[in-house]
This record gives sequence, C-alpha cells and structure tokens, in this order.
Amino acid sequence: MANTPSKPSFSLRSLLRDERFWQIAFQVILVIAVAALFSYLFGNLSRNMSRSGINFGFGFFKNPASFAVGEDLLNYRAQDSYIKVVQTGIVNSLRLVAAGVITATIVGVAAGVASFSNNWLLFKLSRAYVGLVRNVPLLLQLFFWYFAVYLAFPRKENQILFPSPNNPWLIASNNKLNLVGPGLSDEVWVGLMLLAVSMLLFGLMWRAVSAFREGRFAAGIAGWIARIADLALIAVVLVVNYFLLLTDSPDDRLYFKGGLIALFTNPEGLWIVALVALAAAALVVWRIRLKSMLEDGQDGKALLGVLIGIAIAAVAIILLAFNWTTPTVDAARGAVGGLEMSMSYAAALTGLTFYTGAFIAEIVRAGIQSVPRGQWEAARSVGLSNDKAMRLVIFPQSLRVLIPPLNSEFANLAKNSSLAFAVGYPDLYSVANTTFNQTGRPIEVFLVMMATYLSINLLISLNMNQLNKAVQFKER
Amino acid sequence: MITASSRPVERGAPRVISTGPVAWGRKNLFNSWFNSILTVVLLLILGSVAYSFTTWAFTQADWSVIVANFGNFMTGLYPPDSYWRVWSVLGMVMALAGLTWGALARNQKSLFGRNLLIGLGGVALFFVLLPMTRPYMPHILGALLLLVGGAALGQALGRKFTGAIKWISAGWFVSYFIALYLLGGGPFFGRGTMSPSLFYSIIVMLGGSLVAGWQLASRISIPVIPAWISKTILFLVGFIAVYQVLWRLPYALNLDFGLKSVSTNNWGGLLLTLLLAISGIVLCFPAGVLLALGRRSKLPIVRALSVAYIELIRGVPLISILFMGQVLIPLFLPEGVRPDRVVRAIIGLTIFSAAYLAENVRAGLQAVPQGQSEAAQSLGLNKFLTTALIVLPQALKTAIPAIVGQFISLFQDTTLLGIVGLVELLGISQNLLASPTYLGDYKEGYLFIAAIYWIFCYAMSYGSQKIELALNTDLR
Repeated sequence: MANTPSKPSFSLRSLLRDERFWQIAFQVILVIAVAALFSYLFGNLSRNMSRSGINFGFGFFKNPASFAVGEDLLNYRAQDSYIKVVQTGIVNSLRLVAAGVITATIVGVAAGVASFSNNWLLFKLSRAYVGLVRNVPLLLQLFFWYFAVYLAFPRKENQILFPSPNNPWLIASNNKLNLVGPGLSDEVWVGLMLLAVSMLLFGLMWRAVSAFREGRFAAGIAGWIARIADLALIAVVLVVNYFLLLTDSPDDRLYFKGGLIALFTNPEGLWIVALVALAAAALVVWRIRLKSMLEDGQDGKALLGVLIGIAIAAVAIILLAFNWTTPTVDAARGAVGGLEMSMSYAAALTGLTFYTGAFIAEIVRAGIQSVPRGQWEAARSVGLSNDKAMRLVIFPQSLRVLIPPLNSEFANLAKNSSLAFAVGYPDLYSVANTTFNQTGRPIEVFLVMMATYLSINLLISLNMNQLNKAVQFKER
Repeated sequence: MITASSRPVERGAPRVISTGPVAWGRKNLFNSWFNSILTVVLLLILGSVAYSFTTWAFTQADWSVIVANFGNFMTGLYPPDSYWRVWSVLGMVMALAGLTWGALARNQKSLFGRNLLIGLGGVALFFVLLPMTRPYMPHILGALLLLVGGAALGQALGRKFTGAIKWISAGWFVSYFIALYLLGGGPFFGRGTMSPSLFYSIIVMLGGSLVAGWQLASRISIPVIPAWISKTILFLVGFIAVYQVLWRLPYALNLDFGLKSVSTNNWGGLLLTLLLAISGIVLCFPAGVLLALGRRSKLPIVRALSVAYIELIRGVPLISILFMGQVLIPLFLPEGVRPDRVVRAIIGLTIFSAAYLAENVRAGLQAVPQGQSEAAQSLGLNKFLTTALIVLPQALKTAIPAIVGQFISLFQDTTLLGIVGLVELLGISQNLLASPTYLGDYKEGYLFIAAIYWIFCYAMSYGSQKIELALNTDLR
C-alpha cells in the first residue's frame, strides 16, 4: 500500500489488498443484503395483504369502536371512534406510568438506603426484598397481586374501613379501592396544565437564580437545544397520537378530549394558543432583561422570592385543583370519593412499584457505594451523625452516578406497564390488542403502538438527561 | 465502618471487645433509641407475618392443586405415556453436566468434598420427602446418579485426554438437537413425508458431510493445481458424496422407524419454559455480540443499522413484539409458510433480547483500553483476530454480570408467552387455577411456581458470581 502512489496503474491484486476497498465493498454488500431482505419481506406483506383485500391506511381509525373500556378519564362511549379508544388507552397507560414512577422511586430509594442502615434487621430485610422480588417474573407478581391479594378482599357488604369506620382514609372491597387522594374529575386536566406551566416557570427561575449565583449564564447553546428538543418531543407525542388520530368532530371539548384541531376551533383553545405565544415572547424579553440585570451587577434576591412564590403556587394547584377528598361509605356503590382505583389498576401499580423498586434499590445501593469511603469518614469527623452523613453528604453525591441507570429503569417501567393488560387494566396495549382483533389490521395498530411507546420513552430519557446535567459536577 | 464511633484515646490496656450474642445484638440491633424502636417494630411485623404464613400454609392452604398436577406443571399437556422421553432428555443433560463439571475440575484432588456430598444428599432427600415428586423418585435419583457418575468419568477423561472439553462442548451442541427430536418425535428418516427429523438432517447429514469434506481436503493434496482450488474441490467432493450416501442410505436399507410425534401445542410447563429460555439465550448471544461490534464499528452504514435496530427494539415493550411476532411473522413470509408458534416465540424473544444484550456487550467493549487493540495490531494481528482474540474476551469478561442479568430477565420474560397462548409454566398454572376444581387456590399455585422461577434465577446469578470470581485476573 505504501508504494501505490508510485505505481498509478490499476491492478486487481493491489485493490484486493486495500483495506478501504473491502470496507466500502462490505458496506455495499450489507446495504444490498438488507434492502433485499426488506423488499422480500415487504413484497410478501403486500401480496398477503392484497390477497386478503386489505389496503394499508389509517382510515379505519375513524370507524366506531363499539367495545367498552373498563375505566377511562375521557368520557369514552362505545359508539366513539377507534381514535378515542386509543386515546383512552394512552391516558390510562400514562396514568399508570406516572404514578408508578413516583411510587417505585420512593420504594426503591428507601430500600436502597435501608441497605446501608446500621440496623442489622433492616439491612437484611432490604437485601431479602431485593433478592426475592428481582428473581421472580413481573407477570407472575402481577397475577399474584391481582388474583391472590386484591380479589381476595372481602365483598363490599363487609368492606375494610381503615383506620376507623366513621372516618375512613381507605375503603377496600374486592371491587375497588378508595383512598384519600385526588379525585380524578374533569378539572384534573386543567390542574395538570397549570402544573405543567408552573413547572416550566419554576425551571426558568431556577436557571435565572443559578445564573446570578455563578455570575454568568452557565449553559451555552447546548442547553437550549436540549430544551427545544424536549418541547419538540412533547409536540411529537401529541402529533403521534393525534396525527393518525385527529378528531374532526367540533363537539369534542378541550382538555385532551378533542385534540389539536379543537385547540384552534375552540375559544378556550385559542386562549391557550395565545397564552403559549405570549409565554414564548415573554421568555425572550425575560432573557434579554436578565442579561442586562446581570451586567448591571444586581443580586438575585427578588428572583428567589418569585421562585418560592411559584413553588407555593404549584403546591396550591396540587392541593386545590385535583379535588382531594376522603372516601365515604355509600350504600349502593360501596364507597365514593377520594382516589378511586379499580382492582386491576391497584394490582398493576403495586406489582410495578415493587418490581421496579427492587431494581432501583440496587441502583441506589451501587450509587451510594460509588461514593468514596473518605466522604463518609470526613462527614463523621465533622460530627455528623450516620443519618445526617447519608442525607447531606453521601446521597447527594451518589445522585451523579444514579441518574443514567435510573433513566433506563423508568423506561423499563413504562414498557412493563403494558403487562397491566394481563390483569384486565385497559391500557394502550390492551385497547390496541382489541382494536387489532376487531379490525384485523396488525400493521397499522402495531405502528401506532410502537410510535407511542417510543415517544414516551424518549420523553422520559430527555427529561432524565436534563436532570442528569443538573446534578453533574460543575467544573469551573 | 459506618458504625465506628469516635471516642477519645484511652490509655492503658486495650479495651476488651466483648463478644457473644448479647454484645452482637447491642451493636447491631439496639445501638440507639431509634434503632431499638425500629428493631422492635420490625420484629413484631416479621413475627406476625411468619406466624400467619405458617398457620396458613399448614392448616388452610390446599396444596392438592400442585400434588395432583405436578406432571402438568413440569411438562404441560405432554402425553404421560411419553414421559420417558422427557426423562431421557433430563438424564442426557445431567450426564453432560456431570461430564463438564468433572472435566473442568480435573485438576482438583477429589471432586466430592464434604459440603458437596451433604448438598447432594439434601437435594435427594428433598425430592424424596416432597409428596409430589415421590412417584418419580427413581427417575430423579437416577438423574442425580448420572450427574455424579458423569462427574467422575469426566474427571478421568479430562486427565487422560487434553481435548476432552472440546468433545463435551460438541456433545452439548448435539444434545440440543437430540432433545428436540426426543421431545417432538416424528419419523426419524422421514420415509413417508420426505422430511427427516431435525436431528438426523442437521447433525448427521450436514455434520457428517462437513467433517468428511474437511478431512478429505486436509489429508489429500493434489500437486499440480493451486492449493486452494484443489482443497475446495476435495471438500465439495467429500461433502456431496457423504451427504448423498447419508440421504439415500435409509431408503436403500428400507429403514422406517421413529417416535410418536408430539405436537408443540402439547409442550408446556417448565419444560417449555426452559426450552424457550435456552434457545433464546443461545441465539441472542451471537446476535447481541455482532450488534455491539456493529455499533462500535468505524463503518458508518454498519453503525447506523446497528443503532437503528437497537434503539427501535429497546423502545417498545416485549409483549408487543411477542404478540405481533405471532401475528406478523406469517404475514411477512410467503403464502403458506407458517413457522411453528414455538419457533415464532423464540424468534420474538431473540429479536428483543439481542438488542439489550448488545448494549451490555457494548459497555464491556468500551471498558477495554484502546492500548489493547493497538498492542495487538503492533504484533501483526489483523482486525478480525484483534477483535476475536484480544478485545472480545476482555470485553465479555467485564460484561459477565450484565450479560447474565440479561439472561435472567430473558428467562423471566418467557412468562409473557403465557398470555400469548403458549402453555409454559405460568400459562399452565393460569389454566389449572382457572379450572373450577381448584377455585381460589391462587396463592398455592403462584407460590409454587414463584419458588421454581426464584431457584432458577438465583442459580443463574450465583453462577455468574462464581464465574466472575474465577475469571477475575485483577491481582489486587
């Protein structure tokens, strides 16, 4: 190869010895092979589909679904279209995933931290929990919770009232479970939107405050790109679910019940569009002003006040807009009010929580172990107790190692939530399955399902990446 | 280290460290008021749980569902008059396991230490005492004897012949096909249907012809023509000749025998679970390694294809891949070609696990320092040999825990096939527990199969720890 320049003449032998030739040839062969495979597979597919008289297309999603869904937050009726039923499934899935992420994190972190307890019994219990739960399949655990635990509750005539029959916080029968908590009424959607807006504002303020602390804007263009990508992805999720599934009935109300079109055809929707546009403009103005304030050398005390104000507002939203109630006994229906959970939902949530929690516990344990021993010793030598050393010194440092694997664990939880259909919870997978069984359209249904799960996962991983950036070492 | 408390330097004789259960309890359970309360509360909870579980297990629980259906749990609907075939598969596997163990431990002085003998005795006693395995006692004890005998034989063989391990590995490979034939049955040579059994066609015909061609090519050399042409010709001659002989011989001899065929619809229980898991593991491992290498490759197309595959598969839930695999695979194949549903299940599992395994192997590849491959190349090894001999072994060694973790989750994931319609261990339990005879015996059934899953998963992770220790060349 070294003396090829002196011999410009083409020779097959030197070509065959040239590594670059083989690299290109290999890739060309690979592309041809993959293309051939795909054309073979899709050729078969189109032949098979045309033989059974099916044309590829998403049009059938507008037909009436005419099957009932056990629980939904969208006022779905059986004569509604497949679009609506798929939306119902998505909302149900998200409801399970969102609650599961929170509870699994609590259980997992608690178990992970407990494995560093100096109480031998607690330590052993935490290890036993992880060793037991991780080695038994999730589906079996879901079945166990559903059939052997929740369905074994007493009938509604002598339901469990906890802690006292007169003023119960928890009412459980083998039909449903009512807990002190947010009742999921229509206003929940408004509350969720307000909460999202306040979270966004909180993030902005947080950035401003840290900018004042450091005296400069920390992140360059990369942070903005990530944020824009995040917003774009939310749009992608919406588009994925609505592009294929746009509703065109103007009767549909807003708050997820309509869709994108409703945003622009509805006075309330136009308000929200205007609000978003205003927020975007305000963002730019805010940034410019912040920069000038920074250049003037002001401190950020006022901003901190705003930050606290927003946090209080968010708490108020959670408390007021989500309709928190305690359950009450009802003669006909057993119990009403509070956070009402069906047995399927409760079983799916418990199973997912404990299964994912065991994995998170291991992640937390590994993260804490990765903190150098010197940190413990230093914390002890400045007089911190064991608990305080963990809380103030060790755990915050372990977050750095902890976030990336936690990210994939949350993604696993989102994917595993599809198993909830096995205990009768009408999540996305379940309604997609029924849709496929009714229409005989596996390809289209599979595409919609895959796109939705992919975007949920992408959304989780983008947000976790943001969190990851926030806890990394700030190198100056 | 956490519990060490600082105390002023004392003069005089060193403190006497008190030992004994009281001191231990004081140090580990009651070292502060908080821990004391915690210990007492935990002990109370544990005690009540243990008490109620024991009373339930011995007085209320009805274990007849397991005792009466033990055969179904193990093999599904496999015809009982053909159980001997399952037993011979078990015997073969046990003998091979014994041989492998003996050959690997050939340098140990004595194979059977005291602990090991006690363990084996305990296992035998366990099976003898358990009511459901008692009818099969001779078979189980025979299998254990085969294990022990195989180990002794393997040690003797390993000491005598250096290549024993290679032959045992080949034995494992062949045994898989023998097991498939034994379980599936059907005509051995396929006189009537023109389809010889999998074992005969793959191992005997293909294997025999390959070996014959290879031997012919390596033993004879023809002087005049270039070596590679003569080798190819000789190989082809040997291959075709032997293949034809093996193909026609049964017809010429008028051989026609075989086992009664058992449809895969009747395979089930633990047998099917293990078959699915082993096939999935064996197939996904090479695919995962190739994908990981592809993702680390410098060739852009190879890398893009690998990344696309891995990320796409990792974004969707397994259940959708399995279910749609059952539906979509026939759609993508020519008309009339419809693989067996066990095969489709294995394809689905492999497609899914390969993507996850690839990420684990990639992590291992990233842990190998760049200097290793540079050193290998400076010794004159080419790309392929560098990867195969230097980089990959080190990468796989670091990745063992993650890879075994992936195998464990693949083993657990076989349960998902239970809801796709295969009657593997969880599927058969669902069918049995849904029958009116065993109404309400959910706890018993689920506890039993959970114990089985737990034992297998725990054994795998224990084995991985052992391998990790054995391969740990890190001399620190």
